[in-house]
This record gives sequence, structure tokens and C-alpha cells, in this order.
Amino acid sequence: MANHPATQAIHTPVKEDVSVNYITSPKGLKSWLTTLDHKRIGIMYLWAVLGAFLLGGIFALLIRIELLTPKETIMTAETYNKVFTLHGVIMVFLFIIPSIPAALGNFVLPLMLGAKDVAFPRLNLASYYIYVVGALFGVTAMVTGGVDTGWTFYTPYSTTTNGQVSMMVMAAFILGFSSIFTGINFIATIHKLRAPGMGWFQMPLFVWGMYSTAIIQVLATPVLGITLVLLMLERSFGIGIFDPAIGGDPVLFQHFFWFYSHPAVYIMIVPGMAIISEVIPTFSKKTIFGYKAIAFSSVAIALVGFLVWGHHLFVSGQSSLASVIFSFLTFLVAIPSGVKVFNWLATMYRGSISLEAPMLYAISFLLLFSIGGLTGIFLGALSVDIHLTDTYFVVAHFHYVMMGGTVIAFLAGLHYWWPKMFGRMYNEKLARIGCGLVFVGFNMTFFTQFILGSRGMPRRYYNYLDQFQPLHAFSTVGSWVLGAGLFLTAGYLLASLRKPYDAPRNPWGGRTFEWETQSPPITGNFDFDPVLLHGPYDYRPERKG
Amino acid sequence: MSETTLTNTHDSHDANAPKIYAAVLGVLLILTFITVAASKVQFGSGMVNVVIALTIATIKASLVALFFMHLIHDKPMNSIILVTSFAFLGVFMGLCYTDQATRGDLKPLGLKVKPPVVAGAPGAAPVGAPVAVPGTAPATAPHH
Amino acid sequence: MNDSATVVHEEHSHEHHDSSLQHHFATYEQQMDAGKIGMWLFLATEILLFGGLFVGFGLMQAKFPEAFVEAHHHLDKNLGFLNTVVLLISSFTMVMAVHCAKTEQRRKVLVYLLITLACAAIFLGVKYFEYEHKFHEGLLPGKFYSHVGDTVPHQFVFFSFYFMMTGLHGLHILGGMAAITWIFFRAKRGDFNHKYYTPIDLVGLYWHLVDLIWIYLFPLLYLIS
Repeated sequence: MANHPATQAIHTPVKEDVSVNYITSPKGLKSWLTTLDHKRIGIMYLWAVLGAFLLGGIFALLIRIELLTPKETIMTAETYNKVFTLHGVIMVFLFIIPSIPAALGNFVLPLMLGAKDVAFPRLNLASYYIYVVGALFGVTAMVTGGVDTGWTFYTPYSTTTNGQVSMMVMAAFILGFSSIFTGINFIATIHKLRAPGMGWFQMPLFVWGMYSTAIIQVLATPVLGITLVLLMLERSFGIGIFDPAIGGDPVLFQHFFWFYSHPAVYIMIVPGMAIISEVIPTFSKKTIFGYKAIAFSSVAIALVGFLVWGHHLFVSGQSSLASVIFSFLTFLVAIPSGVKVFNWLATMYRGSISLEAPMLYAISFLLLFSIGGLTGIFLGALSVDIHLTDTYFVVAHFHYVMMGGTVIAFLAGLHYWWPKMFGRMYNEKLARIGCGLVFVGFNMTFFTQFILGSRGMPRRYYNYLDQFQPLHAFSTVGSWVLGAGLFLTAGYLLASLRKPYDAPRNPWGGRTFEWETQSPPITGNFDFDPVLLHGPYDYRPERKG
Repeated sequence: MSETTLTNTHDSHDANAPKIYAAVLGVLLILTFITVAASKVQFGSGMVNVVIALTIATIKASLVALFFMHLIHDKPMNSIILVTSFAFLGVFMGLCYTDQATRGDLKPLGLKVKPPVVAGAPGAAPVGAPVAVPGTAPATAPHH
Repeated sequence: MNDSATVVHEEHSHEHHDSSLQHHFATYEQQMDAGKIGMWLFLATEILLFGGLFVGFGLMQAKFPEAFVEAHHHLDKNLGFLNTVVLLISSFTMVMAVHCAKTEQRRKVLVYLLITLACAAIFLGVKYFEYEHKFHEGLLPGKFYSHVGDTVPHQFVFFSFYFMMTGLHGLHILGGMAAITWIFFRAKRGDFNHKYYTPIDLVGLYWHLVDLIWIYLFPLLYLIS
């Protein structure tokens, strides 16, 4: 045991030479663009999704500035429609869906399994370039006229409005393939490339989360693909499936769209939960409570998530029988989500908690996700939903889940694995300040919107009644605090890249495989043959000898 | 050594494989004939014909999957993937059809349309908004 | 194994194997299993992709039952039947090609692959003939529908689905032909042996799925009552 690399790294402060690593060798732009290394592909994805996040974030700030006053502030109503559509499309398809699986997951998953790479490295690279092509289509649609349908592309508006709907839909269609390929790759990798000694229940919980996510990506995304093709054909050929003017059924579009897009919500949140399941035991120095419960609850969320899409259609003309069924099924999702939250809390209970940035983000996640999840139950209840549909309450709810949940977890993961990815420690003090600003700014922006929504402020409106202005203004100021926190975070993270390598193999004392290799890792991941010697969360006192 | 025995068992299976494949092809062709023949007979309602056609198609598909796609000898995971994909397709189809078949079913539940609630009634927003029911807010909120 | 010739042969193919075993896999079995899981997952996505069209077709048929029955009389059952038989035979020759690759009957692999390709070409030829007939009569999808003398409205919806479903299926046939051509040349080059025949096996799986989808398309489109 004494020679075990992890043990060595913790107890010996001797600096090792890490100048040969996956970043530096081989050198050159071409070696990056044609790389089959999962780590490099993960890093390329990371920069791409961060770019998308920046773009989507700028649109978000513009929306909030426009809503500062009840009348026109900085843009026309037509521009406003396009801006909130682009904010939604970019954040959903270009940022959140690939953020954790394709960027962080690509980097970490094979390392966690003790594998040299994912099962299909070429498919992995293809997935990245398909993402880039999809993004280019999206940007083209944006600069050649934009789209004003909202990210949901509801018919019949989307089949009749002008603008680049077909181009944007094409972008989402292409991005779907990128997501499918990542999912296929992860499932095959998890099945076939686990290190010797690693059974299904010795896998880190992050891997369980990725597995569940991949199931959704594989089973749901193709339906989005065919839906978008049908929408394009309806626009150009009038095939008669969605357009009520020629006998089609617009509610059917909503069924098709949400059969993908509701499970897609779990493509977004389950990876976030997966990161939290890693961060909490590491920073509590305690074995995870209820390993199997957390593992199975991920899979349960993935599967039950397929049965609830109709709760987006409660007021769209769906039959009341279907609404009752979907409302009931929606409540079921709360069970596995609750199981996770209780297990995380139980893990923290009497642990020796250290409040470094990743853990601060994880605790923020617990608070924000709980609010987001519980308000989801309100919305899943039929009678309450009639009252709240298409109000800011819904906007606040899904931002609490998507941003307060997924993005906060993404930031937790980014801080947690940053030393591993780039071999440098960031400024911890600034990180804590950044996390504080993000947390405060987020709540200022979106908690306000729960109040606005419950008082009747409809979503997607350009103008509003004067009485809503104080709350809107408060929300806008909150968005500036949130933005400041995120810019600060970007600043100290990028600044750390200018330093020499200073991260040890295992800065947080984690027990999973990725902490046993050097930071940053070498191209083949491990300078030894990984064999599982202990469970992923064995924080019992080290055995000597 | 273990590899040799593995190869041997494969060989004995392989020797019979062409015969099995040919037999499966024969059954598939016969079932295709039956499908066409059955479509020419009207069994009561049209529904029965559809059920017969889809049942035969499913038998044919199972034969292709089990023998031509080797699922009968393969690791169970691959069969699980196939069955799962059909199961989720079934969920999609079933719930969509449930909605379509019961669309506009509010009346049988015995709901009566009540006159709209007057603004300012109990439960309205405390700020005294002119918004009576936030769910219908778009009607009262300004558009310009 | 005692036979020296076999040993030489084993040695030779071992060298060959090393180049076809990717670095991140430990054994051929692991590589093949991973490939198969990957292919099956891809097939699952194909099933759900086509599945969306099947669901749309089913719901629209329930909405306009008479139009769908009326419209399907324009399809030629005999040609549909012929194409079903052709595809079933191609599936058989494909599985035989896989079998021969596994048992290292290299010439037979090429022959069976060629027959499969020929069947695919016949299928597309028949499809072309059918399409041309529809175009001629104005039985086109959506707003291009221009058939005269209809007694039941909304028949264009049937033809929207007919062209989308058979068209998407036809594209898959084309893709399959490209893949079969690719493994034909690899087989000709002698890439495959009893240990390494993953690509031909995977293309086979894909080809059978294309057949499997047609097995459902045929009765749904051609034999509605």
C-alpha cells in the first residue's frame, strides 16, 4: 500500500515532474484538432460550451435590462422575441446538454473507470465536430434573421412565422446526433472498460449518473430528431401533421417535442446530481450514505422521466384523462430526487466538512435544487398548474433546476476537477467570493420571479403592468450580481493557467481513480495499471503496511 | 486452452448455422405469404386485420432479431437494448394515443362552466392587481 | 495445434490481429463486445427515429381512417410483396456473409456480399418504379398532392407519410449499400478472420434492422383495411 501512488501523493510533498502530459505532448494545433484522446476532446468541448454559456449569458443580461422598465428599454419587441429565443436555444442545446457529459464527463469518466480511453475514440471526436457544425448552423440562423418562436418551436406559430426557423431547427437536429454519439460511447465504455476489480457497485456515483444520462440521450434524442424533421417538412411541404389549417394536430407537436425535451431536462440535471455525489463525500471525508439508493435513483429518474412529458400540455388542449395520468406520474419523479437529497445530507451529517469552493457550490446546489424541485411539484399538480402556467413562476422554477441545479453543479465539478484538468490550483479565496456572488445574485434574480409569477406576471412578455416594476428591477440588479460572480470566476480560473504546474495528484483527498494519476494526466491516463483496491468512498483511516 | 475449447463449441454451432439460416428464411417467406393472404380477407372490424398483420410482423421481426442478428446466442445486454427501445416506443405511442382517443373529454366528468370570478374577489393578488386569475393573465396584461 | 503449419498460420494471424486491436482494449473479445453494444445502441436510436414516424402515422390514421384506406389502394401490393421477398433474401445472404467471414471462407464472403448488394439494388429499382408511378398520378406529399377525382379528403396526409417513411428507409438502404461496399473491399483485402470480423458483423446487424423496419412498413402502408 505504501507504494500506491495516491498514498504517496498525499504524504510526500515532493514535487513530481509533470511536464510530459496530455496537454503538451504531442504539440501543435493539428494534433489537437485530430486528437482521439478523450481528455483533449473533453477540453475542446469545455471551451466550446463555455463560449456558448458566455453568449447565452449575454443574451440573458440583455433580456433583464430590457425588463428593467415596463415599456421599451433598449430593444424593440421583435428583437426581444428573438433574444429570449436565442437565449433559450443556446443555453439548452449548446450549453447545458453537452456541458457536464461531453465536457467534464468526457475528461473524467474514463479516468474514473481506470480506462485508457472511451470505447469509441473516433466516434467521440466525430461527436465534437458534429457539435461544432450544429453550432455553426445555429449561429448562421442567428445572424441571418434570427428566430422568434421560443426554444420550444411550438406549431402552428413556428410553421407560419418568418425567420430562420428551419435553419435553427436543423442546428438542433445536428446537435442531437452529437449528444447521441456521446451517450452511445459512455454506455459501451461503462460496460466494457472498467478496471479489473471494479464491479457495477464499485463504480463512482458520477459514472452511474453518466450511465443514466446516456440512456436518456440514446432513447429520447432520436425522437427529437424526427420531430424537427417533421417540423421542417411541415414548413416547406405542408405535410399535414402539425398545422391545424390543413388538418394537422398542433398538440401532437407538443407531445413529440416533450417526449424528448422532458427527458432532456434529466439529461441536464442527472449529471449535476452525479457531480454532487462525488463532491459531498470528498469534502465530508465520509463514505457516501446509501450508495445503491443514489445509484438506482439516477436510473429511476432516467426511466420515470420518460413518463411525465404530458405535464407540459396541461392547458394545451390535451385530454383531461391524459392530464390526470401525467400529473400522477410527475409526482413519482419526486421520490428518487428526494432519495438523493436525503442521502447527501446524511453523508454530510457528522462528516469532517471542509468548505472549499467545490463544496460551497455543492451546498448551494442542495439549497437551490431543493427549491427548484419542490416548486416543480406545485407545477405538476393540475389545479395549481392551471393558475401558474406560462407565468414567471415557471421561469423561476426551471431556472432553479437548470441554473441553480445543473450550472451550479457544473461549477462545482469545474472547480473540483480543474487541478486535474490543467494541473494548476486556482485562487481559493477569490473562488469563495465568486461562489458567494453567484449564489446571492442567482437568488436575487430568480426568487423574485417566483413572486412575480404567483402574482400573475406572464412569461415571454415584452411589456408589463407598472406594479411589477420594483420586482423586475430587483431581478435585473440580481442578474448583474450573478454576472459579476461569473466573470470573477472566469477571471481567476483563466489566471491560474498562467502559473506553472502546481497541483498535486490528489488535492482534495479523493478516493477515485482520477486522483491517482498525475495532474495533468499523461496521454494514456495512467503510468501504472489501475486495479481497484478500495471502494470509491472509503474514507476510513488508512491501513498501514 | 480455454480459448481452444471456446472456438470448438463455436465451430459445432457454426457447422449447423447455414441450415438454420435457410430454415428461418423459409419461415419468413411463408409468413409474408400469410400476411398478404390475410389482408385479403375481412375479419369482422378492420381492427382485427391490423392486429393480425402486426402480430405476424412481430413474429417475423423476432425471427430476424433472434437468428440473423444472433441475439439467441448473444450476451443478454444486446437483447435488453432492443427490448428497451421497443418498450419506450410503446410508452410514447400508448400515451399519445390515450390523449388523442380521449380528447375533449371534459363534459363526461360533469364539470359545469361557472361565471368568471370578479376581480378583487378573495384570493386575488394582495397588491390589488386588476388580474383576476393569473392563469388567464395574458388576456388582461397589456400587449404594448 | 500440434501441426506446424497451423502454428505458422496462428503466428501470422496474431501479427495481423495486433494492428486490428485498438490500444485501449485488452482483448479481441472486449473490443467486439464493445462494438456490438455500440451498434445495438445505435440501432435503438434508429428504432426510435422510425418510431416517431410510426406514431405519427398511427395517430393520423386514427384521425382520417377513410382517407388512409382510400389512399392505400393507389399502392401496388404486388410490388410491395416483391420488395419484401427481396429484402428477406438479402438478409439471409448478409448473415451468410457474416458466417463465412467467421469460418474464414473468404471467397464465399465476397459472393454473398455481392448478392446482398444486388438485392438492395433491385429493391431500390422497384422503389424507383413505384415512385415514378406516384409522381405521374400526382400522388405527392403535402401541398404537392395533385391527384384528381378523390372522393375522400386528406389523402395527401397518407402520401406525406408514405414518402417520408419509404424515403427514410430508402436512405438507410443507400447507407447500407455504402457500408456493404466498404466491407466488401476490406474482405477482399483479407482484413477478416475468425477472431476479427467485427465490422462485417456490425454492418450485418445494421442491414437486418433495415429489413426489420420494412417488415413493419409493408403491412402498415400496403395492407391497411
